[in-house]
Amino acid sequence: MNEMPVVDAEAGTLLPKISAKKVQVFYGETHAIKDVDLNIADRTVTAFIGPSGCGKSTFLRCLNRMNDTIDICRVEGDIRIDGEDIYDPKVDPVQLRAKVGMVFQKPNPFPKSIYDNIAYGPRIHGLSRSKADLDEIVANSLQKAGLYEEVKDRLDEPGTGLSGGQQQRLCIARAIAVSPEVILMDEPCSALDPIATAKIEELIDELRENYTIVIVTHSMQQAARVSQRTAFFHLGNLVEEGETKEIFTNPTDRRTQDYITGRFG
Amino acid sequence: MSLPILVFVLLALSVAGYVLGRGRAMASAGGDARKLHSLPNYYGWFGFLVALLPAALMLLLWLPAQSVVIDTQVSAMISDRSAAESSRGLVMSDVERVAEGLDLAVDAGVLTEEQAASIRTEFTDVRERLGEVGVALGSDVTSETLQAAQRYRALSSTGDLLRTLAVVAAALAGLAFVYRRAASTFRARNAVEAVVRWILILAASIAILTTVGIILSLIFNTVEFFSLYPAWDFFFGLTWSPSFGGGSELGILPLLWATLYISFIALAVSVPIGLFAAIYLSEYAGPAVRAVAKPLLEVLAGIPTIVYGLFALLTVGPLLVDIFGDGGVLGVGWMGGGTAVMTAGLVMGIMLIPFVSSLSDDIINAVPQAMRDGSLGLGATHSETVKQVILPAALPGIVGAILLAGSRAIGETMIVVLGAGAAARLSLNPFEAMTTVTAKIVSQLTGDADFASPEALVAFALGMTLFVITLGLNVIALYIVRKYREQYE
Amino acid sequence: MTDTTAQTGRAVAAPARKGSLLEVDSLTRKRNAAEARFKMYGLSAVIVGLLFLVALLATILSNGTSAFTQTFITIPVPLERAEIEAAEKSIVKTSKYRAIIGTAFANVLSSAGIETDMSAKDLDKMMSSGAAASVRDFVLANPASIGTTHTFDLLASSRVDGYLKGRVTREDLINDKNLDAAHLDIVDRLSAAGIVQKRFNWQFIFGADASDSRPEQAGIGVSMIGSFFMMLVVLVLSLPIGVAASIYLEEFAPKNRFTDLIEVNISNLAAVPSIVFGILGLAAFIQFAHLPQSAPLVGGLVLTLMTLPTIIISTRASLKSVPPSIRNAALGVGASKMQSVFHHVLPLAMPGILTGTIIGLAQALGETAPLLLIGMVGFIASNVPDGVAAGFLDPNSAMPAQIYEWAKRADPAFYERAWGGIIILLLFLMTMNIIAIILRRRFERRW
Repeated sequence: MNEMPVVDAEAGTLLPKISAKKVQVFYGETHAIKDVDLNIADRTVTAFIGPSGCGKSTFLRCLNRMNDTIDICRVEGDIRIDGEDIYDPKVDPVQLRAKVGMVFQKPNPFPKSIYDNIAYGPRIHGLSRSKADLDEIVANSLQKAGLYEEVKDRLDEPGTGLSGGQQQRLCIARAIAVSPEVILMDEPCSALDPIATAKIEELIDELRENYTIVIVTHSMQQAARVSQRTAFFHLGNLVEEGETKEIFTNPTDRRTQDYITGRFG
Repeated sequence: MSLPILVFVLLALSVAGYVLGRGRAMASAGGDARKLHSLPNYYGWFGFLVALLPAALMLLLWLPAQSVVIDTQVSAMISDRSAAESSRGLVMSDVERVAEGLDLAVDAGVLTEEQAASIRTEFTDVRERLGEVGVALGSDVTSETLQAAQRYRALSSTGDLLRTLAVVAAALAGLAFVYRRAASTFRARNAVEAVVRWILILAASIAILTTVGIILSLIFNTVEFFSLYPAWDFFFGLTWSPSFGGGSELGILPLLWATLYISFIALAVSVPIGLFAAIYLSEYAGPAVRAVAKPLLEVLAGIPTIVYGLFALLTVGPLLVDIFGDGGVLGVGWMGGGTAVMTAGLVMGIMLIPFVSSLSDDIINAVPQAMRDGSLGLGATHSETVKQVILPAALPGIVGAILLAGSRAIGETMIVVLGAGAAARLSLNPFEAMTTVTAKIVSQLTGDADFASPEALVAFALGMTLFVITLGLNVIALYIVRKYREQYE
Repeated sequence: MTDTTAQTGRAVAAPARKGSLLEVDSLTRKRNAAEARFKMYGLSAVIVGLLFLVALLATILSNGTSAFTQTFITIPVPLERAEIEAAEKSIVKTSKYRAIIGTAFANVLSSAGIETDMSAKDLDKMMSSGAAASVRDFVLANPASIGTTHTFDLLASSRVDGYLKGRVTREDLINDKNLDAAHLDIVDRLSAAGIVQKRFNWQFIFGADASDSRPEQAGIGVSMIGSFFMMLVVLVLSLPIGVAASIYLEEFAPKNRFTDLIEVNISNLAAVPSIVFGILGLAAFIQFAHLPQSAPLVGGLVLTLMTLPTIIISTRASLKSVPPSIRNAALGVGASKMQSVFHHVLPLAMPGILTGTIIGLAQALGETAPLLLIGMVGFIASNVPDGVAAGFLDPNSAMPAQIYEWAKRADPAFYERAWGGIIILLLFLMTMNIIAIILRRRFERRW
């Protein structure tokens, strides 16, 4: 059991929540991720930015082994969460994904009621002992996702009947309900209008207190607004990573500079 | 002129129309095709169609009209007395047979045309004379029948002559029209395209005509059946025992029961296997396995039903008897003979496996990938995702697929004809022989029954019931499946 | 619980599993077991399905291949002029021929050193009752042979054939009035002497159906011709009509009630039980239009109506797969809509249309039920039709109906024929499907 944050004995500083070393990803013949080394800090929001097809979503999907579901995808290298290799044969991806939740680009509520959407995760992971437990988890998760007030009177209506932004917050609530430690978000606002986007961004900021959040985004403004650290990907390479402020004001790499000033993208 | 020759002449006139149309147009343009409104061939086709279509239409209308007119004229000659003895329809078919025999006799040179028109039963044994040319008659020809037959022949030959004249006249009128119209300014392409468009519409309407034909042929005969046999007894009778001597009991319930029982067993076999196979192939199997197993399973769907029927009768039936019959492996003695509800149901189930699996496969694949990702991303296992997310999402579609499979099972004929048995029975024992609606349609219409008897006509009432049930199931199923598809499009 | 939990303020009711990822907890183990079970169910469903296929094919092959061989008895028959003239004068001519063969057979037995106290009439039971007719036919066809001794390969009776194929055993014959165990002893010795032999059975493939008492003579050839003429009708009607209907629906039909009506009708007709089409054929073509009963023409018409929906559905799919850019290109250079369809879209869609048509034909070829209702069953495939018109109009059967006919007969010797007929039918279907697959592979275009 490992309940204390892992401490690097020598440096006396907090070890990163997630650390990736020499990660390579292949899609069949395509080399999608090349030699990526990256540490992701606990309880911060880390944004992955970069042009389309740069591998940022692919890398994100390595962090909870969602790439396992794609037959032709192969991952090499070493990714550790709390110091444990998540690609170790002994690791069950099911348990891993309970610890590392994910929110997708398009809101994808299940064709079930709002309540059942949230309760789905806790049920399969056996997180509740009674109906009351489950009710509490659902209410809690919805509250944390800022959706509770809007839906509390219609929990048994289908989740697909909500608006786009509400659906996405439902998906976030659904992820929170399994009490993950890390939440991965793959362009969570790309299908939403600006008002809904603002609400989600606000929510991400609140969630930062309790969760490690990694967000892939196309929008540099969004990265600047919600994240503390930013990683820039280009053509499967991690170009640079650092404090968000640093990256946006004073990038070290030429390519980052070009990207954030809109010269390509 | 006989019909084939007439058709040939008509086609020849149409070809003449092609040559005429093209030639006239070219002539009017002084041989320069560029001055024509349309390409020269369009003028040709215009000529062809104008010569052919009105005449062909006339011919198509003429054929049934002539036979109706002759029938009414000739049947008026049959006295009510002989019509009362058997049915008017039977007398008429005798008349037609005699007329046909006379035709054959003339062709064979046994009779001259005059003799054929003038022989009398009083002086000639017509039955024997016709027997010589190979027309066997069931009974001696009465004078009345013979006269009716001669009248029939006379009317037919007049009718054929008029038909020829009318059709050729129509074709010639078409040619005259082409001669006048085919000039360089005439918009031949537009005219031809308009006609082609109508031909296309006509072809598409055949689907409607087929349905109308099905409904009419079922309704007319069903109504006739109900005039001979009470509808109440048909729909609610518990006994099915046709006897061609009369006094049949023709209750549909035992047949319907067996039909549903067999369909139920067939679905009980095919739905779990088909559905699980579809889930495995679309969710678990690698591309290599899928590429081999899917087409192989679909081979089962391409095998004709007669093969399944034989398989039921000769293989599965005896096998089941070895297990469940007297002195069988289990020693239970539930099964008397190879043909049984279970035999037919099992084999039909095998036949339906690919039907269920390929429909379910389509439906499962229509569930968006995002749904799977959402569930897997929460840490659900694959089977949890399938059971709790994909199947509920696909449920309407799968229900539709099962209804379609059920409608298939209800309408299936060869397997039950060979595998289910021939005795109608209301029983719960699936190892007993029972018989179904479709099997009885076959047996009532393939015997030597008099076509006008209730025992034969009941087949149409059975067909009507079958049609209504399957149509209902199909409409509901197709509606559900379509709604389901729209949801994810 | 630890300070981490307190800090994050997680729901008390949701005890966070803070275990190491490297240790699989018991719930996960249980869930993985369920997962494995579920996967196993799926796999076994696939395997069960495939096993059924294997069982079906194995049954067909093991029961049907024997239909392709047949037992013949080689007998030199002296064709004495006097005897033949006497036979031709008698009323039942074949019985005299039978006597001639009987004598010749007795000679064969004695020269092979087989002694028997059986009467000629008893020995005759070992031969097909059609043997005499085939000798007579030979004599009539070759008058020059009269006066010589000609060696005939005569069909053995179905019991003898069955014995050599292992279908009939001595125990079966105890209550059989056609053959005794004593016959089989003779068969054993004749077979050892090479006088009784199994040969490839061309008669089965090209011959006509035979009556109940002569299963050894029955062949599927004539009903194959019936099927052929039916398929001709189906092809000639359903391809143009199907293509025309699909072109209208796909390219020209406006969105209105009438079009909807057609669409609904097509999708429903595709699911109407085939037997209903048989009723339609009986009522419309035979009862109403007075077309001849049992004729391949009528069968073809019924099957056309039945396969049209299938062909229309697949044709529309292939028309749909031609991209609109092709149509626009044609319209752009001034072609009419009709020209763009017939000159450009249709040729591009043709491979797909042909594939669909072949598959529709294959479906029609195997269909039985509607044929029963229009009378294409019963002992009717007994003559080869003379001429094309007769091929369409004379009573005939079709392969599946012939198989059904054999399956219904009492003598198990016909079952072998039925299975053999299925092998031939399936070979045809396989060929058609392979052609369809090749067409698709060869001409499939990805836009």
